[in-house]
Amino acid sequence: MFEDFAYARPESVAQAAQLLQDETAHALAGGSDLLGCLRERIFPVKTIVSLSSLKELRGIARTAEGGLSLGALTTLAEVAGSTEVQTLYPGLAQAAAEVASPQLRNQGTLGGNLCQKTRCWYYRGDFDCLRKGGASCLAVHGENHLHCIFGGDACYMVHPSDTAPMLQALQATVWVAGPAGDRSLPLEQLFMPPAQDPTRETTLQPGELVTHIHLPPPMAGQQTSYRKVRARRSWDFALAGVALAVIIEDEIVTSCRMVLSGAAPFPWQATQAEALLTGAALTRERVRAAASAAMQGAEPLTHNAYKIELFKGIIQEELARLVRE
Amino acid sequence: MSSSAKSPPPGIGMSRRGFLKSMSVSAVATTLTTTVATGAATLATATRTAAHDDAPPQLIQGLTPLTLTVNGNDHTVLAEPRWTLLHVLRECLGITSPKPGCERGECGSCTVLVDGVARYACLMLALEAQGKSIETVEGLMHGEALGPVQQAFLEEDALQCGYCTPGQIMAAEALLRHQPDPTLEEIRVGMSGNLCRCGAYRHILTAVAAAAIKKKS
Repeated sequence: MFEDFAYARPESVAQAAQLLQDETAHALAGGSDLLGCLRERIFPVKTIVSLSSLKELRGIARTAEGGLSLGALTTLAEVAGSTEVQTLYPGLAQAAAEVASPQLRNQGTLGGNLCQKTRCWYYRGDFDCLRKGGASCLAVHGENHLHCIFGGDACYMVHPSDTAPMLQALQATVWVAGPAGDRSLPLEQLFMPPAQDPTRETTLQPGELVTHIHLPPPMAGQQTSYRKVRARRSWDFALAGVALAVIIEDEIVTSCRMVLSGAAPFPWQATQAEALLTGAALTRERVRAAASAAMQGAEPLTHNAYKIELFKGIIQEELARLVRE
Repeated sequence: MSSSAKSPPPGIGMSRRGFLKSMSVSAVATTLTTTVATGAATLATATRTAAHDDAPPQLIQGLTPLTLTVNGNDHTVLAEPRWTLLHVLRECLGITSPKPGCERGECGSCTVLVDGVARYACLMLALEAQGKSIETVEGLMHGEALGPVQQAFLEEDALQCGYCTPGQIMAAEALLRHQPDPTLEEIRVGMSGNLCRCGAYRHILTAVAAAAIKKKS
């Protein structure tokens, strides 16, 4: 049984924003992450603000520019099953379909998938870790098989989302509503690097909530894909994953965005690999060099150096697949 | 085995489960009358008031009247905001086919249909289920006859201890409603949110394939 809390179901985004200004108030979208946190009593929750009446935050619509606007409360199953997403950004449909199990995709929302807490077992378990206000990250000298190889700083979590890396590869914009009104930001600015604040996952201010995710129209010839490797095939979080948005013209890569999941406390953009691939033909040597470049500067912990080879392998396989197609 | 289910002879008296259900329902009825009389704010009142201005809606705390539509029937109970759909189905309504397993959205034994799609009842607040159509294994029965998915699980021996079975059946039911003719891979994916610790997976996959055929006949 959860600790007691009060429940409110606002009828407007403004009301929700007002309620969420309280630090112990938490937004309830699909609930698959929040209810898990409630059960483990990870942080105090005095008020649950249900977003279920905010119908305007659900669904997928074409934007005037020819891209898509995805409501934050659109379920992952709806994203995966949308003909428009499948046609315009097949990699995003793949990424959404790779999240968890059918039941959780029917429940989990796109906004929730971006704003979820880490699955680090010290954070989820009965440990006083840095992210929960403790003295230090327990993964550094502990069981860190699933932790980050990039971007760790004081906290070494990995961001659990599969859709976030794909959305970042697609240059998504996040729309946020709050007490001061609406604002938009590039998706990569939604995530809080632990170097800045290891106790928060997002840069959202008190009272703010994600309302929509906007995708620019796909560029001509753009190929997108998401590849995920997990310990258990049926369903699990990513050990390693790679989201690609690539344009190949006359066998030359003219544009490349590569964002990794399972690598860092936020979606990790492999900029060195992108630079190496852009302007080049995808030869076997170039693909291998790009995979190595993607892992340049990796700082594995005691038990997760395997991720480096895993990433190299899936990056090479995914790039090779683009050439074949 | 014949696919026509044998109904038990009527009027033999109350089964153990029927007895327990009637007890829990009467317990709820008693609570309902006492607490409603004390004037707990209803959800409807809370949201209606808030809609008039931009002040936040009233907070609901403690027992609150809640109407759930389960297998086509409306049930009004008193529920706390922190109670899950699974808790209310089992403990307030005596609908015991959804099983508590991990209670953290991993095992699938609490799977029910919410507006026609499979969901984990352990990860849904009961208040969030208001106004939605909830379906459980009880709703797949045709009187005392088993529905096609249940019958297929029985015929294909798709269980050992049976604890995960109601969740497996609801996951299969949801899958077959959306994909009436699934491939083996689609069945694997559709059933991937349900664990069976006895390891009856092979028979479960066979049963789902068999159920697809049964549903069409």
